[in-house]
Amino acid sequence: MSDASITDIAQAEQGTSLWHDAWLRLRRNRLALFGLGVLVLFITIALITPWIAPYGYAEQNLDLGASGPSAAHWLGTDIFGRDLLTQIMYGGRVSLAVGFIATAVALLIGVTWGAVAGYAGGRVDAVMMRLVDILYALPFMIFIVLLMVVFGRNLLLLFLAIGAVEWLTMARIMRSQVQTLRQQEFVEAAVSLGLSPTTIIRRHVIPNALGPIIVYTTLTIPSVMLLEAFLSFLGLGIQPPQTSWGLLISYGAETMEEYPWLLLFPGLALTLTLFSLNFLGDGLRDALDVRGSRD
Amino acid sequence: MALLEVNNLGVSFVTRNGTNRAVDDVSFTVESGQITAIIGESGSGKSVACYSLLGLIPKPPGRIDGGQALFGGRDLLQLPEAELRKVRGRDIAMVFQDPMTCLNPYMTVGKQLMEPLRYHQKTPAAQARRRALELLQEVGIRDPESTIDNYPHQFSGGMRQRVMIAMALINEPQLLIADEPTTALDVTIQAQILQLIAGLQRKRDIGVIFISHDLAVVADIADQIVVMQEGKIVESGDRAGIFQHARHPYTQKLLAAIPADSKASATLSPEPLIQVRHLATWFGQGRKQEPVKAVNDVSFDIRRGEVLGVVGESGSGKSTIGRSLLRLVPVTSGQVLFDDTDVTQLKGRALKDMRRRMQIIFQDPFASLNPRMTVYDTLAEPLLLHGIENRSSVARGVLKLMDDVGLARNFVRKYPHEFSGGQRQRIAIGRALATHPEFVVADEPVSALDVTIQAQILDLMLALGREYGLTMLFISHDLAVVRHIADRILVLYQGEIVEQGSGQDLFENPQQTYTRELLQSIPGRSLLQ
Repeated sequence: MSDASITDIAQAEQGTSLWHDAWLRLRRNRLALFGLGVLVLFITIALITPWIAPYGYAEQNLDLGASGPSAAHWLGTDIFGRDLLTQIMYGGRVSLAVGFIATAVALLIGVTWGAVAGYAGGRVDAVMMRLVDILYALPFMIFIVLLMVVFGRNLLLLFLAIGAVEWLTMARIMRSQVQTLRQQEFVEAAVSLGLSPTTIIRRHVIPNALGPIIVYTTLTIPSVMLLEAFLSFLGLGIQPPQTSWGLLISYGAETMEEYPWLLLFPGLALTLTLFSLNFLGDGLRDALDVRGSRD
Repeated sequence: MALLEVNNLGVSFVTRNGTNRAVDDVSFTVESGQITAIIGESGSGKSVACYSLLGLIPKPPGRIDGGQALFGGRDLLQLPEAELRKVRGRDIAMVFQDPMTCLNPYMTVGKQLMEPLRYHQKTPAAQARRRALELLQEVGIRDPESTIDNYPHQFSGGMRQRVMIAMALINEPQLLIADEPTTALDVTIQAQILQLIAGLQRKRDIGVIFISHDLAVVADIADQIVVMQEGKIVESGDRAGIFQHARHPYTQKLLAAIPADSKASATLSPEPLIQVRHLATWFGQGRKQEPVKAVNDVSFDIRRGEVLGVVGESGSGKSTIGRSLLRLVPVTSGQVLFDDTDVTQLKGRALKDMRRRMQIIFQDPFASLNPRMTVYDTLAEPLLLHGIENRSSVARGVLKLMDDVGLARNFVRKYPHEFSGGQRQRIAIGRALATHPEFVVADEPVSALDVTIQAQILDLMLALGREYGLTMLFISHDLAVVRHIADRILVLYQGEIVEQGSGQDLFENPQQTYTRELLQSIPGRSLLQ
C-alpha cells in the first residue's frame, strides 16, 4: 500500500465524524442559528443577572404601584412596584435552569434506560420496562409532594423530581426505536465484527435513534418550564419573592385587563425561548440526518 | 390496429437540482393477445413510462413532455383525470411487485376483490361475490369458497400475487400492466405465476405489458421485448430476434449477465475448515408453543478454499444456517467445528477472536450499512477493533480496502445513501474483508442488485476470494447464480439437506424430486442450453 498518496490519506482522515458533518449542515440553517443565538443570549443573561440587573429582585416601590414601561423601568413595574425587567431576568434563571437541567436528567436516564432495555430484550427488558410502568402509574403530584415532605423544599430537588418523571416517556420512545434498529442488518454486521454491546449501542444504535429523541426533547423543555410554574403555583416549587417565568405569567394573567404588560413581557420571553428551541430542534434533526446535503 | 400505441413519450422530473429526463422519446406498441416485455435496470424509466400512461406519476415533480398514447382511439395522455380513473382498473389493470403492501391487511380478500366491481360496474353484492369466486378459481386458488373471507396475511406470497392478478382481471381489462410481478417470490412460485399470466393472457386474448429487470424471467413468455436504458429504448423486437441477434451492446451485456456456466472445479485441499455436526436451530421455544425448527439436524463439511452454495426457498432455513455458523442466532444443539474449535461453545475474548476469522455479507446493502457512518468510519471500525491497523495507519488500511473492492478513493467521506446498490455492496464486502477473515458467509449478496451489477459483484467476490484465500458459504435462492460461483451445492428444504453435490452433478443428474422441481423453475432455462 505504498501508492496511497499523501493527499488521499489526509483527505480520508479529516473530519469524518457525524457530529462534525452535522455542525457543517447546522451552520447553513439560518433559523436554527437564530434559535441557538437567542438561547445562548438568554442563558448568558441568566448567568450574570445578579451583576447586571437594574434593581434587586425584592426591591419594591409601593408608591409607584403598577406602572407601564418608562425610562426608569423599561418594562414597567408590578402592583408592588417591583421592576418587571429585573423580575424577568431573575425568573429566567429559574425557568431556564429547570428546563435544561431537568430535561438533561430525563434525557440521560431515559435514553440509557431505553437503549439498554431495547437492546437487551427478553427478561432484562421486561423487568426494566415494568419498573417504568410502575413509576408511570404513581400519581405525579403525590410523588412530588412526598419528595418535598421528605427532603424539604429545595430547588435542586425540584429539578431532579421533574427529571425523574419526564424520563419515563423518553425511555419508552428510545426503547421502541432501538427495538426496530437492533433487527437491522447493520447491527447484526456489527455483532459479527465482534463489537461489544456497549459500543454497538453507542456507535450504531443511538445515532440512528436521535431524530425522535431530539424532537421530544425540544417538546420536553417547555413542558417542564410550565410544570415548574404549576408546582410553584401550588406552593410546591419556588416562593416569592423568588420568581420564575411561569409564576410571572400566571400572576400576569390574573391582572391582564388592568395591567396587560405584566402578562405580555414574561409571555414574550417564554414564547421567544420556545420558538428558538423549536427552530434549533428542527435544525438539529435535519443536520443529523445525513441524507440532507452537506456542501 | 394495435391495442396500445405509444409514440415519442417523454417524461421529466423537475427537482431543485435540475430536470431529469426519465423517459425520452419512447415508442412501442402492444397487440391484443401478446406479451410485451419492457426490460431495464432500476432507473431506466421502464416503470415511469407505464405509470405515466395511467397518470400515476406524481405531478409535480413529474411532467409529461410530449408524445401520445393511443388506446381504443383515445390519447391517454390527454384524458382528464375523471376519465382516466375510469380507464384505470376497468380497461387497463395493474399488478405490482409486492403483493403484501398492495393488499389492505384489514380487509378480507373477498371484499377487496369485489371492490372494483362494485365501484366500476355497480354490480349487486351477491353477483360480485360469485364473480370473485370464479376468478379465484381461475387464478388457481384451491377451494376459494373457504378462503375468500380470509385476510391477506393468511395467504402465502404466491397466493397473494394470485389474488392481485384476480383483482386486476375482475373488470375484464383489455390490457394488463404487470410491474415486476414475480420479483418478490421464490423461484418455484415465480415459475407458477409466469405460467399463470401467460395462460390467462392466451385464454382471454388480452394485451400484457410485463416490466422486469431480468431478461431471463421473460425469456419464456414474451412475444415482444423492449430494452430500455437511461430513459431511452436501446433495442426492441420480437423474442427470437432479441435473443439470437442482439445488436445493441447493452442488450448483449444483459444477455451475457445471465450466469450460464458451471464453475470449473478447482483442486481443493481435502482438509475441512468447518465441520458442522447435527446442527439444529429452533426459534420461539415458549413453554406452550411448538418451536419453529428453522434448521434441523444438519451436518456438512466446508473444505478450505471452497465455495459451498446453499440453495432453497424462503423458509428453508438457508439464512439461519449461515447465521448459526457465525453465532448470530443462538444454536439449539449440535457442533460447529472451525479449525477443530467448537464455535458454539466460545465466550468472551475467544468469541471475539473467532469473529475476526469469520464474517458475513448481507443481501440488502441498504440495510446492512449504518446510514450515519461514512465509508471511512464503516471500514475503519473493524480495522481498529481487531488491532489490524493503529490510529496512525488506519487511513491507509481504509484506502487499501477501497482499492481492493473497486471503490474510488474520493468516496471515502460519503454516506451510504449517496451510493448505488452495487457500490454499497462493495462497501459491505470491504467491511467483511477488513478483518482478513478465513471464512465468509454471503447471504444472497447479489439478489437485491440489477443483473449487470450482479455479474460484476460475483466476479469481484470470486477474485477477492482467491486473493484473500477465502472459504465461502454462498446462500442464494437463485440456482443459476450459485451454479456460477459454487464448487459444491447443498439443496435445503424445510430445514434439512435434501441433496448435495457438485454443481455439474446436481444440474445434470438431480436425484431428488424437489431438486428437479427447483431446476425446472429456473427462468430462461431455454437460454442455458
